[in-house]
Amino acid sequence: METKKNGAEVFIECLLKEGVDTIFGFPGGAVLPVYDALYDSKLNHILVRHEQGAVHMADGYARATGRPGVVLVTSGPGATNTVTGIATAYMDSVPLVVFTGQVPTALIGNDAFQEADIVGITRPCTKHNYLVKDIKDLQRIIKEAFYIATTGRPGPVLVDLPKDVLNAPCELKYPDKVHIESYQPNYKGHPGQIKKAMDFILSAKRPVVYAGGGVILSNAAEELKNFTTKLNIPATTTLMGLGGFPGTHPLFMGMLGMHGTYCANMAVMNTDCLIAIGARFDDRVTGKIDEFAQYAGIVHIDIDPTSISKNVKVDIPIVGDVRDVLKEMIKLIPAQKDLKAYKDGLKGWHGQLKLWNDTHQLSYKFEPKGKIKPQYVIEKLFEATKGDAIVTTEVGQNQMWAAQFFKYDRPRTFITSGGLGTMGFGFPAAIGAQIACPDSTVIGIAGDGSIQMNIQELATAVQYKLPLKIAILNNMVLGMVRQWQEFFYNKRYSHTCVSVAPDFVKLAEAYGAVGLRAKTPAEVEGVIKEAMAVKDRPVIMDFKVDPAECVYPMVPAGQPLNKMLLV
Amino acid sequence: MRHTISVLVTNEFGVLSRISGLFSGRGFNIESLSVAETLDSRISRMTIVTSGDDKVLEQINKQLNKLVNVIKVYDFTDEEHIERELALIKVTCNADSRAEILSIVDIFRAKVVDVSPRSYTVEITGDEEKIGAITELLRPFGIKEIVRTGRIAMARSPKQK
Repeated sequence: METKKNGAEVFIECLLKEGVDTIFGFPGGAVLPVYDALYDSKLNHILVRHEQGAVHMADGYARATGRPGVVLVTSGPGATNTVTGIATAYMDSVPLVVFTGQVPTALIGNDAFQEADIVGITRPCTKHNYLVKDIKDLQRIIKEAFYIATTGRPGPVLVDLPKDVLNAPCELKYPDKVHIESYQPNYKGHPGQIKKAMDFILSAKRPVVYAGGGVILSNAAEELKNFTTKLNIPATTTLMGLGGFPGTHPLFMGMLGMHGTYCANMAVMNTDCLIAIGARFDDRVTGKIDEFAQYAGIVHIDIDPTSISKNVKVDIPIVGDVRDVLKEMIKLIPAQKDLKAYKDGLKGWHGQLKLWNDTHQLSYKFEPKGKIKPQYVIEKLFEATKGDAIVTTEVGQNQMWAAQFFKYDRPRTFITSGGLGTMGFGFPAAIGAQIACPDSTVIGIAGDGSIQMNIQELATAVQYKLPLKIAILNNMVLGMVRQWQEFFYNKRYSHTCVSVAPDFVKLAEAYGAVGLRAKTPAEVEGVIKEAMAVKDRPVIMDFKVDPAECVYPMVPAGQPLNKMLLV
Repeated sequence: MRHTISVLVTNEFGVLSRISGLFSGRGFNIESLSVAETLDSRISRMTIVTSGDDKVLEQINKQLNKLVNVIKVYDFTDEEHIERELALIKVTCNADSRAEILSIVDIFRAKVVDVSPRSYTVEITGDEEKIGAITELLRPFGIKEIVRTGRIAMARSPKQK
């Protein structure tokens, strides 16, 4: 007699049909039926050490590949531990599908063991979420979850799976199509608006492209480069947009915003035509909002209508997929011979940009006999890899230096928690990226504060023999907060000293990883070289860096972008 | 400025909380909210009275539309439309005041729906001004309790053929 499958077995089959190759998870009581089904499955499961790690890994996997990251955890604490990871992905529009176990439907609402209303808890930080109350809805909901996570403006979707639903008899009938009447994302930009935008751009004398993470999400880096170079428009990107435009390209001015370059910030403050592409005018980008790009007409391309005119009034909005819209805009660019007058008109602007660029460049004071400068470590990592690496970061000074001093020529090579600013993100994200891209060099740039927020995942990295490289810029303080205390709180260093810390070399060894340390500038290159040679396990590089070093330029919060503190 | 917004949503559990969560999470104001099924039982209609400047209203509209369960958002403010609200008002009465209260009820075309030796319960339907006016007239007699449904609205049909 043929035995019917149960919900858990069908769940695994659905994931395989969806093309999922890897899931990140941690077992528990409510989700045991799925773990039992996994025992016989070819689906690759990465066993993490904390559920937050699982979500950040899935996030790193998704950002490195563009494919949705998938998480499986149990009910109650397993589910609540995912919340920071989900909120991180939500803020940065990363496609994730998070499956949580739940107590049996009959017990929901009864304060059962390991019960938490995770659908209620995650409602404001997911793109959408579901509680599967009936086995007959399971497969449709899985299909919808992947569809919603990956279409339109991507984002995390959570699906809560009660144990009795997972145990219920079920037949595999995974739908091929999705129809959700109330969810129909729009990809095509309005042709009239596109034409209007192009006319405006071609009449500009001081145009600037301001590109954000949307360029990477919509795989539009090639189109962006094409558009920008054809029109000879200088470009800046947000933190999330790094890699969306080649970091070594002559038209690239560097990142803008609070820790942006002098040239990029001055350009934005003086432009007459700001072309915002897949960016959302975050407060870390705009500084004082009333003075942001105040001389500019603003064109804004974004797939999410809520992003348009949310913070800054936009003159020509185009709702649509960045890639689709850029393709249409490129079609409207006149032949090069007809662009001569336009390009001649930009000469003065490019001259001005060169002046700004010469006025102040990203820099730091290298002292061969002094302490290691954190920026120097980043530069040496860039040289050692020739930029051919996926870099993840934690949050704080390490993140800003990684953004400033490593050059990203390709999309999906810079992975950072931009919107939520989650310390503890970078290390597990590096694990996810390394699993997704086993042949790539993956470098996690960390601070000594952040790395300890998810250090337990070192066991995961060792278990799966991942050769990722963690570079700790160890200044024994919570550097960015300390920097704010130095500038704005009268050097009252309240609780930012974390000098009581583990010996990271011994810690690495205790987990079965390789630990290396550099105490002087002369040792930096040797340590990096040694780390790069390790192929069968993770390496932690502990760089003892100068604790006095600050991130410059800096626009104090609430100030306009041209009020930069320079070194 | 005040706006009356009609939101068509899929009739599922949790939808009300998505909408109210959106308003509270983003700092939008809800003055009243009423929900019920439409002719199509798979769809519910929410009528929300909110306030804010144009920029806030634009965001409310867009953010509502972004929710996966929201089918359509309609702002009545610039349209010809009818607004109604129902209120139950329990007012203290005695031998001296009964007649006067009844005449007020009559003038407003309201109804007495419950009587006790010391109170009348009055049912009144109308727009906000009408309900406000009768409330003010009844207040001197002593209002024990008032319950209002919150506003509902419907667009007027076009007048020309």
